[in-house]
Amino acid sequence: MNIQSCVEVRNEWDIVKARQSGRNIAKELGFGTVDQARITTAISELARNIYLYAGSGEVAIERVENGGKFGLKIEASDSGPGIKDIRKVMEDGFTTSGGLGAGLPGVKRLMDEFTIDSKENEGTVITSIKWLR
Amino acid sequence: MDDRDLQYQKYKAILENYLEEQSEQTLYKGQQFSRKMIEQKISPEEAVSLHVSVLEELFPDIPEPLKNSYDFLLEMMIGYGFAYREHQSLRSRQQQLESEIEIAANMQQTLLAGDKPEVPNLDIGAISKPAQKMSGDYYHFVQDENDCVSVAIADVIGKGIPAALCMSMIKYTMDSAPEQRMQPGAVLENLNRVVEQNVDPNMFITMFYGLYDPRVHSFYYAGAGHEPGFFYDAEKDEFEELFTKGLVLGVSKKTSYQEYQRVLNGNDMVIMLSDGVTECRSTNGFIERDEIVALIRKYIHLSAQEIVEEVYRELERLQEFELRDDFTLVILRREV
Ligand SMILES: Nc1ncnc2c1ncn2[C@@H]1O[C@H](COP(=O)(O)OP(=O)(O)OP(=O)(O)O)[C@@H](O)[C@H]1O
Ligand SMILES: [Mg+2]
Repeated sequence: MNIQSCVEVRNEWDIVKARQSGRNIAKELGFGTVDQARITTAISELARNIYLYAGSGEVAIERVENGGKFGLKIEASDSGPGIKDIRKVMEDGFTTSGGLGAGLPGVKRLMDEFTIDSKENEGTVITSIKWLR
Repeated sequence: MDDRDLQYQKYKAILENYLEEQSEQTLYKGQQFSRKMIEQKISPEEAVSLHVSVLEELFPDIPEPLKNSYDFLLEMMIGYGFAYREHQSLRSRQQQLESEIEIAANMQQTLLAGDKPEVPNLDIGAISKPAQKMSGDYYHFVQDENDCVSVAIADVIGKGIPAALCMSMIKYTMDSAPEQRMQPGAVLENLNRVVEQNVDPNMFITMFYGLYDPRVHSFYYAGAGHEPGFFYDAEKDEFEELFTKGLVLGVSKKTSYQEYQRVLNGNDMVIMLSDGVTECRSTNGFIERDEIVALIRKYIHLSAQEIVEEVYRELERLQEFELRDDFTLVILRREV
């Protein structure tokens, strides 16, 4: 079984594709239904941001291991405009959807690990991991 | 059995019970159980998942479409889980902010609360209570080597943290110009300059500044748009208004403040206050200045400190213990 995948994101269909491959891999790795849904939602939010703000990019999903612990890693990258004020976008209530708890801070809470790397006019790479319990 | 199993078993028992007989009692148990789940920070999607797994055990032959519909519901609940988690994180941030404000309020108290001076033949009473955690009122005494006592009362229009920050600035300005202390008009002019230059134009500060010189038993004072105080003439047994003319601080760059003087005979009093005192609102409308005078009169046989405390107690009660504005009341009485 292929436990890694990479989906190019250029339109809304691609968001669905990214979700699908994330869900498949999560299931394969043995995540329960709740975690499957969480991982998928996280992928969805990240892919949607790429589609909306960078135009295009990719979402890579793979299995990771750390000292006998297994997990699923999402890496969402693009060469879009970048995020100017990362601290601000990580504040609750900043998202354009406003106070629904979604967006990047929400993704961070759904997952176990979360890092943003972004440079203005160069692009954004967001990496996030969920560990199997 | 770990927590999760225990929870599962409990939920299963309650649900089975309810499926058997749809009693209010079981629903009540369900309510209690949900409270416990919230306490344990179980998110909405976990609650749905718990329900579904119990159902699947109780009814192994659930039709496939129904089973799929639960997966769909679970997906929907993730969104609610998002909102739920944000709520939790905002709540803990609020708690953190509140404890920071608590610390700031304590700092302000130590910063602003100058000691009441001990002056021979001068009875001093002072009280200041913030409406919220931090006060926009300020009073400060300074006593010099000749036993002259200066007193400043200020009120920032506005409440809470911005007002309190502004108040700290006033204090440092006053501390940094000690040579002016003997001239109330000049003190206010200096402060006016500082406020005009440094403070947001939407923030106004009113102030009353007075100086008592025990060698000549005289009280010199000036005011910047501040709530007028009272002068109590003991011989005539009359209260008069301590009128002052002068603009609120920070409104105009160049403005001057007129200085006034009163001689205090034995038992005469100077009463200074913030508008939080006169703007006390009882169920019968605003409290009139006359009523404040009547209250002071009621306790006039007590010491100055006891008077301000009793007046505060009564006004607090009239307002049903809900201060709407910061409250400051200071009394000076020449003893014979
Ligand atoms: N890949 C990206 N490239 C450039 N900017 C981004 C990217 N991802 C997010 N941003 C910026 O960060 C902001 C916050 O993103 P976030 O996903 O938290 O909220 P949102 O997309 O505005 O609203 P929501 O996701 O709740 O509908 C976005 O408004 C956007 O300006
Ligand atoms: Mg978004």
